[in-house]
Amino acid sequence: MSLQKEDVEKIAHLAQLSINEEDIPGYLEELSKILHLVEQMNAVNTDNVEPMAHPQDSSQRLREDKETEINQRDAFQKIAPQVERGFYLVPRVIE
Amino acid sequence: MHNKTIAELSAGLKDKQFSSEELTRAFIERAKQFDPKLNSFITLTEDLALEQARQADQRIQAGDNTPLTGIPIAQKDIFCTKDVKTSCGSKMLDNFYSPYDAAVVEQLNNTGMVLLGKTNMDEFAMGSSNETSFYGPVKNPWDLNTVPGGSSGGSAAAVAARIAPIATGTDTGGSIRQPAALCGITGMKPTYGRVSRYGMIAFASSLDQAGPLAQSAEDAAMLLNAMAGFDTRDSTSTELAVPDYQSTLNADINGLKIGIPKEYFGDGLDAGVQSAIEEALKEYEKLGAQLVDIELPNSALSVPTYYVVAPAECSSNLSRFDGVRFGYRCENPLDLEDLYKRSRGEGFGPEVKRRIMIGAYALSAGYYDAYYIKAQKIRRLISEDFKEAFKKVDVIMGPTTPTTAFNIGEKTDDPITMYLSDVYTIAVNLAGLPGMSIPAGFSENKPVGLQLIGNYFEEAKLLNVAHQYQLNTDWHRQIPGEFK
Repeated sequence: MSLQKEDVEKIAHLAQLSINEEDIPGYLEELSKILHLVEQMNAVNTDNVEPMAHPQDSSQRLREDKETEINQRDAFQKIAPQVERGFYLVPRVIE
Repeated sequence: MHNKTIAELSAGLKDKQFSSEELTRAFIERAKQFDPKLNSFITLTEDLALEQARQADQRIQAGDNTPLTGIPIAQKDIFCTKDVKTSCGSKMLDNFYSPYDAAVVEQLNNTGMVLLGKTNMDEFAMGSSNETSFYGPVKNPWDLNTVPGGSSGGSAAAVAARIAPIATGTDTGGSIRQPAALCGITGMKPTYGRVSRYGMIAFASSLDQAGPLAQSAEDAAMLLNAMAGFDTRDSTSTELAVPDYQSTLNADINGLKIGIPKEYFGDGLDAGVQSAIEEALKEYEKLGAQLVDIELPNSALSVPTYYVVAPAECSSNLSRFDGVRFGYRCENPLDLEDLYKRSRGEGFGPEVKRRIMIGAYALSAGYYDAYYIKAQKIRRLISEDFKEAFKKVDVIMGPTTPTTAFNIGEKTDDPITMYLSDVYTIAVNLAGLPGMSIPAGFSENKPVGLQLIGNYFEEAKLLNVAHQYQLNTDWHRQIPGEFK
C-alpha cells in the first residue's frame, strides 16, 4: 500500500517524533518503499503457522518476588537533563 | 606486537616477554597514529586503559591471571561502560556516561582485559555501512574509499588495521558477520541467549546478540569463553553450561557434512565473491568434508520479515529516549509533548527515525496482524527451513555478503539497496542460530567472507570448523598494506 502525507504525520505523532515539513516527502517515499518490500510477505500462505516470538520458543523465566535492586537514585539522576530535590523536571503538565 | 593474535599475546604476557602496560601503550600509540584515517573509535580510554594494564600486570605477577588478563580490547559503543561515554553512535546519547557496566563489560573486566576505548558504529546499530553514525563514517582499512560494513564497523576496522587486537560487537541482522567479511577478519554471532544482553543498548530484543570480532577463530574462542554464560538480569539468557571453546578447536573434521544452500548462490551474488567461496569450499573438501546440496526455500523472505520484526521491536525499545531521564533534551520545550517530540526528532538521525516510524506503523491499530503477526509466522517458516537442513548436515556454508565492500555514499540514498547487503545474514538472526564469518580470500583486492551457520548452541563446532580452515590457509593473517 502507498502512504499519504497525512499517514506520515500520524505515524510521526504515534512515535512522538517531530519531523520537519520539508522532510515529509522524503519520508513518504522511503517508508512507502519499505512497506512495498515488506508486502512480499503476502505471497506466502501462513494460515496454520504459529507466530514465533522467541528463537527457542522459550517463555519468560519467573523469579522469586524479592527485592534485588539497590537504590541508586543519585547516580541515575546525575545524568538527567533537569532534576530538583530528587525529582525529574518537565514542563508544567497540570495548570 | 600489533601483528600478533591474542593467543600469541597471551603467551607473551605469561612468559613476561612484555608487560600489559607496554602492550597497551603500543596499541594506544597505533590508535593515535592510524585512527585519524579510519575514525574507528568514538572514545579512547587511555588513562583507564593504563590503570587497568598496571592492575593486570600485578595479577600476572601474583599468578592470579586468566588467559585474557592484560590483553587490550575495544568495545563497541553499544555496551554500557560505567562512567565512560556510551553513545551508541547517536546524538541522543552524546552526553551519556553510563551509571553501570553491561554484563559483557563486567565479565571482561573480571578476566583482567584492558579497555582501549569504545568503537564507532551505526546509530543504535541500525545500518550496514557505519554511515548512519552521528560521529561520521568509518573507513575500511583495505580501501579508505569504501565502507567497513556495519553496524559494528568501528570494531571490525580497528581489528583489521590491528589498532586493537580484538573487539566486541553486536549482531541483529548481520552486524558482526557483515563488517567482519568486508574488513577481512573473523566474527561470530553466538546463538540467541548465549551472551547476556544486560546493559547492551537494545535495538531488536528478540534478535540482538553480542559476540567477538577477532583475528582468528582461536581468538574468537578465547573471548567467547569469557563473554558467554547465563545471567539472571537478561530475561532471555539461556541457562546452559558454557563449554571451553578452545578445547575442541583441534577436533578432526574428516567426514563433516557441509550444507550448501542453493538460495545463497543465486542472482545478486558477485562473481568474484562466488569464486572465492567456491575455492574455500574446495579447501574444506581437501580437509575431508563432504558438500551436500540443501534448500532454504524461504530465504528470500528474510529481508521483508526482518524489516517488520526489527523496526517493531526498535520502536518499542527506543521509546525510553524521552528527554526526561537521560540523554539529549531539546532547548526550551513549550510543553511535555513538545519536549518528547523535539528531543526525539532532534536527537535521532534519519535512519533511526525511519525504522521507528515503520515499527510504529506495523504495530498500530488495524495493521498489527497484517504486519507483525504475519512476520512472526514467516519467521517460523524460515526457522523450520534450518531445522530441516540440520537433519542432514553439520554446518551450513555460503557467502557472508553478496559483494565486497562498497563505496562510501554508494547506497545511502536508497535504504532498500542497503538492506539487501544483509540478505545472507538476516535469516540466522530470525532463527536465533549461531553464525560466523571468516576471511576466505579476496576479490579485486577486497576481502571476501565465508559464512558458517551452525545448529543451536553449536558455537564450539563452528569455531572448530573455522580453526581447521585457518590452520591450512593464511587469509586471516593478511593485514592491509598501510597498517602493517
